[in-house]
Amino acid sequence: MTDGTAHPLPELWRKASAAKIFWPLITLALLLAFNLLFTKGFFHIQIKDGHLYGSLIDILNRASPLMLIATGLTLVIATGGIDISVGAVVAISGAMAATLIGGTLVLKGGVQTYVTLVPMPVAIVAALVLAAVFGLWNGFLVSRVGMQPIVATLILIVAGRGVAQLITAGQIITIYYKPWFYVGNGFLLGLPFPLYLVALVLLLTVLITRKTALGLFIESIGINPKASRMAGINAKNLVLWVYTFCAFCAGVAGLIVCSNVKSADGNNAGLFFELDAILAVVLGGTAMTGGKFYLMGSIVGALIIQTLTTTIYARGVPPEITLVVKAIVVFLVMMFQSAKFRRTLFGKLGSQVAKP
Amino acid sequence: MEAERKPILEMKGICIEFPGVKALDRVDFRLFPGEVHALMGQNGAGKSTLIKALTGVHKLDAGSILLEGRPIAPDSPLAAQKLGISTVYQEINLCPNLTVAENIYIGRQPMRFGSIHWKKLNADAEAALAKLNLRVDVTQPLATYSVAIQQMVAIARALDISAKVLILDEPTSSLDEEEVELLFQVLRRLREHGLAILFVTHFLDQTYQLADRITVLRNGERVGEFKAVDLPKLKLIERMVGKEVELAGGRRLAGSGAANGAGQALVEAAGLARKGAIAPFDLRVHKGEVLGLAGLLGSGRTETARLLFGADKADQGSVQIDGRKVSLNAPRSAIRHGIGFCPEDRKVDGLVGELTVRENIILALQARRGVLPNLSRARQEELADRYIRLLDIKTTGTEQAAGKLSGGNQQKVILARWLATDPRFLILDEPTRGIDVGAKAEIMELVLDLCKEGMAILFISSELEEVVRCSDRVAVLRDRTLIAELEGADVAEQNVLQTIARGQE
Repeated sequence: MTDGTAHPLPELWRKASAAKIFWPLITLALLLAFNLLFTKGFFHIQIKDGHLYGSLIDILNRASPLMLIATGLTLVIATGGIDISVGAVVAISGAMAATLIGGTLVLKGGVQTYVTLVPMPVAIVAALVLAAVFGLWNGFLVSRVGMQPIVATLILIVAGRGVAQLITAGQIITIYYKPWFYVGNGFLLGLPFPLYLVALVLLLTVLITRKTALGLFIESIGINPKASRMAGINAKNLVLWVYTFCAFCAGVAGLIVCSNVKSADGNNAGLFFELDAILAVVLGGTAMTGGKFYLMGSIVGALIIQTLTTTIYARGVPPEITLVVKAIVVFLVMMFQSAKFRRTLFGKLGSQVAKP
Repeated sequence: MEAERKPILEMKGICIEFPGVKALDRVDFRLFPGEVHALMGQNGAGKSTLIKALTGVHKLDAGSILLEGRPIAPDSPLAAQKLGISTVYQEINLCPNLTVAENIYIGRQPMRFGSIHWKKLNADAEAALAKLNLRVDVTQPLATYSVAIQQMVAIARALDISAKVLILDEPTSSLDEEEVELLFQVLRRLREHGLAILFVTHFLDQTYQLADRITVLRNGERVGEFKAVDLPKLKLIERMVGKEVELAGGRRLAGSGAANGAGQALVEAAGLARKGAIAPFDLRVHKGEVLGLAGLLGSGRTETARLLFGADKADQGSVQIDGRKVSLNAPRSAIRHGIGFCPEDRKVDGLVGELTVRENIILALQARRGVLPNLSRARQEELADRYIRLLDIKTTGTEQAAGKLSGGNQQKVILARWLATDPRFLILDEPTRGIDVGAKAEIMELVLDLCKEGMAILFISSELEEVVRCSDRVAVLRDRTLIAELEGADVAEQNVLQTIARGQE
C-alpha cells in the first residue's frame, strides 16, 4: 500500500469488525432496519403527558430487567462461572418487597388510601439485601465449598422459588400501594424509570470493574485461574463478591418485575430469565469459558433479545413458531460472531476487498 | 549364552523429526523376554518419543520395528495393543467411576443373550487380578482404591488384552514407598513368567531395584545399552547428563561469598515437608545470595520451591523470614512477604495468555495492592515499557496479547511480572528453559546483578552447569529428599553428580 489514503474504508472496516461490540451492534441495527422497512410505526415516538411512548421506548423499558441481570451475570461468566439462579432471585426479591409493602386494599371512608406495612425504602433495601444474601450463598458454594457453579446455582433454582413462596405464604400477593408502581411503571424526565435503574447499575459496574483492578482480576481468573493464584490474586473472595453482585442485580430486576405486574408470584416471576440473560451475555461477546468481558456488549445483547421478541409480536408471527424464529436468529448471530465462520463464508470476498 | 537369546522386540535406526528438531536420531533398542529394561534419560532425551514410536502414536521417519522377528508398523496405540504391545501410562487412563471389573473389560465385555454377562465379567476380572496376586472387590468403583491398585488394574487390563511387551511410563511417580514395593513384586512376578517389560522412570534407586538392562538416551540419540550390574550409578548419571564427572566446572559467575552461611538468614525453612512431594528439609537463604537447587528431574526441586512460595501447603515444618515466623498458606501471603516465583510451567502457572503484555507484567504488583489503589494506566505503561526494554521482550507493544509471544518472551514477561514487585526473595524454576543461548546469558546476568543489590535467589535448573555457574551454594536433592548442601569450593559439577549418585550419607 503505497498511498495511505487509498483504502480508508476497508481499513476502518477491519478495525471496527475487530471490536467485540461490532457484531452485536450490527445485529441490532439489522433488526431495527427490518422493522423500519416492514413494521409500520415502529420508529414512531410520541409524547403523551410529557412521557415518551413508542415501540423503541417499549423495547428499552421491557429489556430493563434483562439488562440488569445480564450486567451482573457478565461478571460471573467472566470468572469462568455461571449463575442460573438469577430467575429464582428475581422471584425472591419481588416476594420480599411485596410482602413487606403489604397486599391489602385499605379503604377509609370509602376512599382507597395507600398504606404500607413498612416504609417503601425499607422494603426495597430488605429485598435487595435478601437477594445479595442468596448471592453470597452461591458464591460461598462455588468459592469455598468448591462446587461447580452450575450445580451450586441449580440448588438455588430449586430452593429459591420455594423460598419465594414461603415468604408470600404460598399466595400470589397483589399490591395496591400506588407509590410502588413507580418503580416499574413510572416516568422520569420523559423516560421510563427502570431505565435510570439500569443506567445507575451499569455505570456503577463499569466504574468498579474498569476504574479499579477488579476487571483485570476477574478476567485473569477467567482465563487462567492457576496462574492468577500464583500471581497473588485472591480468587476466592473475588468470586464470592461477583456472585453476590450478580444476585444483587437480579434483586433490582425483581423489584422492577414485581412493580410491573403489581404483584409477586413466587412460581412465575422471572421464569427462564436465566436463559435470556446467558444469551444476552454471549450475544454481547463474552465467552462462556470466561476471560475478557464486555458489559456494553451484554446490554446490546439484552436489547437484541427484546427487539427480536417485540418484532416477532409486532409482525404477528404465529405464537407456535415464535420460539423457532427466535432460535434461528440467535443461531445466525452466533455464527456471524465467529471469525472463522465469516472467513469460510466471505473468505474470497474479504480478500478481494483488501487487495489494492 | 547371552548371544543366543533372541530379543522379542527390536527397534533399529529409529528416526523421528518434528519441525525443527530431531527428536530421535538413529536409535536402536532391544527388549528381551523375561527382562525388565529401563529407559533412562533427562528431560527431552527422547524417552517418550521412543515409546510413542513403538506404540504407533508417532510415525517413523526412518528405521524399523521387529516384533518376534517380524516387521511391524502399528499406526495407533490400539493397533500396537493388538500386536501385543500394551502401555500403562503415568496418568492412569481408566474411568474412576466405573467398577474395577468394568475397567478391565470395558469395550470387551462378555455378552450373553444380548446383554452383559455380569457374573462372568466379575469372575474374569478377579481371575485377571489374581494373576498379579491381587485380591480386591472388583465390583467396587475404581476410585475407592489407592493409586497403586488402580495402576495394577491398568496393568491387569493391559495384560488381559495382550501380553508380549508391557510398557510402563513413569508408573511410580504418584506412589508411596509401600505401593512401589507392591507394584515391583507384581512386575518381578510377570518377569518370571517371561514378559518383556519396558520401564521408564526418573527414580534412580528404583531403576537399580528392578531393571536388568538399561538403555540411556541423550538428546535423541542412544548413548548405549548396559546391563544394570555393569553400570554404576555415577556412570549412569554421567551418561544421562553427557559429562565426564571429572570435568571441572565452567567459569563461576557467582561466588561473591556474601554472607555464606553466616549472619541472619532472609528466609529460613525448618523441617518443611509435604507428603508425597518432599521429605522434611532445612534451608537457609541469605540476602544477596544465589542458592541453587540441583537434582535430576523428579527429585523434588519444584516441590521445594512451591512450598516456599505457599503454592502448596506444607504438612509440617515452619518458615521464618527475617527471623520472624510466617505462615505461607497461599502465594498471596508469600508475595506479601516479598517472595516472587517464576514457575516451571509458564503456560499453566504463569502466563495469562489473553491478557496483554502490560496487564501480565503488572498483575502480581496490582494483586499485592488489591483491587484498590489501582495503578494508573500511565504507570502501568511506564512499568511495561521499562521491562520490555530491560529484558528486551520482543513484542509489538504493551498491548500485544501475551499468549501471542514466543516461549522465551513469555518467560521474560513472567520474570518482568516478578521484578516489578521488587521482591526480596525470587524463586526461579527453570527460568531459561526454551530460551535461546543469548537470552539465557542475558537473563542470568540480570538476575545476578539484582542479587548484588541484595535480592536473594533460589535458582532451579536442569542444566547443572548453569546451576553451578550461578550459585553461591547448591542444595542437592535426590528422590524427593534434600541430601546435601555444597558451599564455596565444593560447588562443582562433579561434586553435585557424585552427591546425587552417593545418595544420603
